[in-house]
Amino acid sequence: MPMLPPVSKRHTGWRLFLMTVIGRSYPRVVGMQRERSWIFFDTFLPMLSVAAYVFVYRAIKAPEDYVGFVVVGGAMMAYWMNVLWSMASQLYWEKETGNLALYIISPGSMMAILLGMALGGLFATTLRAVGIILLGSLLFQVHFVIASATQLILVFFLTMVSLYGLGMMTASLFLLLSREAWHISNLAQEPIFLISGFYFPIKNFPAWVPMVGSFIPLTLGMDAMRQLAFASGPSLGWISVNIEIMGLIVLSIMFLMGARLLLNYMERLAVREGRLTESRG
Amino acid sequence: MAAWLGWKIESNWTDPFLFTIYSIVKPLAAAMILVVMYGVITNNQFGSPVFAYLFIGNAFYQYVANVMVGVSWAIVDDREHYCTLKYLYVSPISIPYYLMGRGVARVLITTFSVFIIMVVGVAFLHIPFNPAQINWPLFVLSLVIGIIMLAMLGLLLAGVTLRMAQYSFNIGDSVAGALYLFSGAIFPLEVLPAFLRPLGYIMPISYWLELIRRSLVGGVAESFPTFAAISDVNLLLILAALSVLFGVVSVWAWKKFDWEARERGLLDQTNNY
Repeated sequence: MPMLPPVSKRHTGWRLFLMTVIGRSYPRVVGMQRERSWIFFDTFLPMLSVAAYVFVYRAIKAPEDYVGFVVVGGAMMAYWMNVLWSMASQLYWEKETGNLALYIISPGSMMAILLGMALGGLFATTLRAVGIILLGSLLFQVHFVIASATQLILVFFLTMVSLYGLGMMTASLFLLLSREAWHISNLAQEPIFLISGFYFPIKNFPAWVPMVGSFIPLTLGMDAMRQLAFASGPSLGWISVNIEIMGLIVLSIMFLMGARLLLNYMERLAVREGRLTESRG
Repeated sequence: MAAWLGWKIESNWTDPFLFTIYSIVKPLAAAMILVVMYGVITNNQFGSPVFAYLFIGNAFYQYVANVMVGVSWAIVDDREHYCTLKYLYVSPISIPYYLMGRGVARVLITTFSVFIIMVVGVAFLHIPFNPAQINWPLFVLSLVIGIIMLAMLGLLLAGVTLRMAQYSFNIGDSVAGALYLFSGAIFPLEVLPAFLRPLGYIMPISYWLELIRRSLVGGVAESFPTFAAISDVNLLLILAALSVLFGVVSVWAWKKFDWEARERGLLDQTNNY
């Protein structure tokens, strides 16, 4: 068996942090593109539900902008599924496959590992989301009217920061929940699609529903995107785009700080109890 | 025994109260997405036949997603997660019966979920539901044939799953998603582009959902053109014939894929996805 060359240079500090981020994002970026079937399924599966909901709107003769809402919702759903199954549940899977113990004893920061997972997942999911938008727009002839490209990009960026921050934060929580993680991820699909308004404007709910739903960054993000990307968007928006941008900034800071605090708690627990990496099936 | 095992696997991760909530919230939220979509566009005209059509179709589609996918998912669960599939194969049991048994737990949970959705629909959303006007024999017969048909489709998917490795996680969801689109579960088949409609006409699920709608709210279901020219008896015969056809194909496919999986040593193949 060939021997690996000795480590000639040890990285510490921010270099180690950066290398850990790159190291953990690498398998997400490269690995997911190597398994071509995932690209197909990750685009094809959301397109099936997008098409079903588009045909429902057509059956009840909804305005054409609603078809666009469904296509955008389908694309954003790819991010939510990625956060749910490849961020929030990820440390639980890592425990099941035996990687978690290696992460904890490695010199790299857990925050950097989670950040790498987030950036890699974000990149890979963006390819799928773009595919859904392009395919959906072509198949169903969606007409976008962009009110402000700058604001649209800013809203998307902030939505992703806060969404993946939420994923990083819940990764520690899900790890503590053990087997329930699977079921909670399952449960966080349809109810979230409902209260976050993946397929319709949230303005139609009583005010308390979008207020509760606003803890999921996609609620504010999609409402703002609908207002900025569709002709009828401004009239169907819940609150002004500027307030939604402020809300997303607050959520981003809150979730990233929460991720840091919960990771610290989890690591302390690992040291104190020594059972965090124990698999309970 | 397999049914009991299936029930334990489905429910033993939590206490009964939380499990009940879980079994209600998820399907109810899925139904509410359609309710809100419909309400937003029609200004809450829930008394319309269109709404009853999509609400009942969506509620009973839970059986498709849970029973068919559940039977096939047992292969993924036992091979990938619990790593017990090879032990099941060397034990003196019939694997197809075992898979069917695993599906029974899903039938029970789904029946509970569908019941709750229908109660919500009748109580709060004006679904025109009158127990005295329900065609109970047609409903029970359709439901039983439908569940058997779905279990057989599940066996077909289980065979395909057995033969696959890296695609097996997605195959059930893909088929369930495609059937949701092509079976007229939430919109009449006429809404689909003409070249896609034949897919709906060859699937037994389309006829099954139509029979369920007719038996529960006859007048509403008959106001849609898709199957209006076909009588209840003929629909039932078509459902039975297609179920037998798909059943025969499923048994043949299971035997073929099962043999290939044994020959190629796929019974304990895991990919850690």
